[in-house]
Amino acid sequence: MSGAKAISLHVAVIILLFALNFLLPEYHHGVLARVMVFAVFAMGYALLFGYAGLLSLGHSMFFAAGMYGAALPVLHLGWSAPLAFVAGIAAGTALSLLIALLALRTTGVAFMIVTMMFAQVFYLAIIYFSPWTRGDEGFALDRQARIVDLGGNLVDLTNPTARYMIALLLFTIALFTMLRVVTSPFGRVLVAIRENEERTRMLGYNTFANKLVAVVVSGTVCAAAGAAYALLFGFAGAGFASVQYSILPLLWSLLGGAATTLGPALGALFMYYLVDITSGYTSAYLLFVGILLMLLVLFFPKGILGTARDRWARWLP
Amino acid sequence: MSDALTITGLDCFYGEVQVLREFALDLRRGEVLCLLGRNGAGKTTALKAIMGLVPAHAGSIKLGDVELTDLPAYQVPKAGVAYVPQGRRLFSEMTVAENLDIGLMTRGKGAATREAVLELFPVLRERLKQRSGTLSGGEQQMLAMARALCVEPDVLLLDEPTEGLMPSMIARIRETVARLRERGVSTILVEQRVDAVLPVADRVAFIENGRNREIVDVQRLRDDPHLVRRYVGVG
Repeated sequence: MSGAKAISLHVAVIILLFALNFLLPEYHHGVLARVMVFAVFAMGYALLFGYAGLLSLGHSMFFAAGMYGAALPVLHLGWSAPLAFVAGIAAGTALSLLIALLALRTTGVAFMIVTMMFAQVFYLAIIYFSPWTRGDEGFALDRQARIVDLGGNLVDLTNPTARYMIALLLFTIALFTMLRVVTSPFGRVLVAIRENEERTRMLGYNTFANKLVAVVVSGTVCAAAGAAYALLFGFAGAGFASVQYSILPLLWSLLGGAATTLGPALGALFMYYLVDITSGYTSAYLLFVGILLMLLVLFFPKGILGTARDRWARWLP
Repeated sequence: MSDALTITGLDCFYGEVQVLREFALDLRRGEVLCLLGRNGAGKTTALKAIMGLVPAHAGSIKLGDVELTDLPAYQVPKAGVAYVPQGRRLFSEMTVAENLDIGLMTRGKGAATREAVLELFPVLRERLKQRSGTLSGGEQQMLAMARALCVEPDVLLLDEPTEGLMPSMIARIRETVARLRERGVSTILVEQRVDAVLPVADRVAFIENGRNREIVDVQRLRDDPHLVRRYVGVG
């Protein structure tokens, strides 16, 4: 029963986003497409942070691995967008596996610091190899490279509607993948690890292996978001590998509810529009952002949907 | 009765400090064996060593023919040993049902096992959707035992299960241990209080300074109160 409610809610969110494509003015089209891609990034992050209880400050490297893994082959090798997208995801998967094998030797604060240091190395590597990556300035992808041939039909990724729909498709796949993962036995084991790792091991679970899979799935989803960002918005830059882009998904997850499937997306939407609207009125918009965030922490300590689940809707996944 | 679990010559350390010294024990099939001893005697360490949570520097722990010291800690429950630690340690954010599911998934058990466990703890059936952190102390202890039993263990390790519980709950825990014995489960029970042990144990092992000094039938313990005084300090 609660499973049916959860699926209905998720389907309703997708239908709403689909309908908004026909209702919203063009400006919000672009914003929502971007928010949906960032929401995928946040969902990938929240799988590790919210469900497995592993606080990483290095997820910008997975996003950037996807971004550069997709954009560099387009720029230097002339690959098609779909192939580049797969390459971006593969780059994120490989990197997250390597990082997981090294970083999971640590726990708690040490894990946070180690992931941050690896991300910093990744960021500096992008700067160091600037003849190929164009460093801090980044690079734009040609429009021609962003026209995709899908069985004879040409899809132009620079077209706002096509971009919106592809972002929605990615968001839908990521959302239902997350829902499937967190309600699976694997998802329950992750929550058990978050609650008490030693106890989980005592109950017969290989906690290292489960955490390893969680990091790889999380990194892969974040890389998919990075690859999609590069191809949909035609840009890759070192700024996306900076520590700021590791903190943002943490903030989005905390705001929306880290251990919920929809919370990270809600957090990304909320933050994006909060900055967008307040910056239109004042240059001191961060002050308003800060006050609103404080109010949220006071009244929604587990994030918007996390608190809602505690108080009103226990069935929320 | 043949032995369900055999420990021989077990040495364990916490850093430089030796906690178990040539520890030896045999647990027969379907019996309740109680470990009695003062604080710091090594009772809990013995249970943790069986679970692989404290490494064995020397000695052997055999579950039937399986050498447990060769296994990583997470494989021990799969081999058939379940542990209910002191302080229950539930997943407090999870519901009762979710806690049980985590136990069931360890060895791929299903609805039949769940039913058998809930039969032992009917009060949990009414609380399935309740978050486990909101249960009373006695109910939490029952859930901790129920979750451990979801792996259908051959050997159950209980570390002070009656600690801090009211008498009616203590009686129910004892009753459950007795019913598990009828089902063929072998149990090692760690307790500090003799009165909690007498009604349910078959044998009692006295632990002192990390050594198993003596194992006696519970009847002998009833007949000779000096034994308890000698090893535990109270009569």
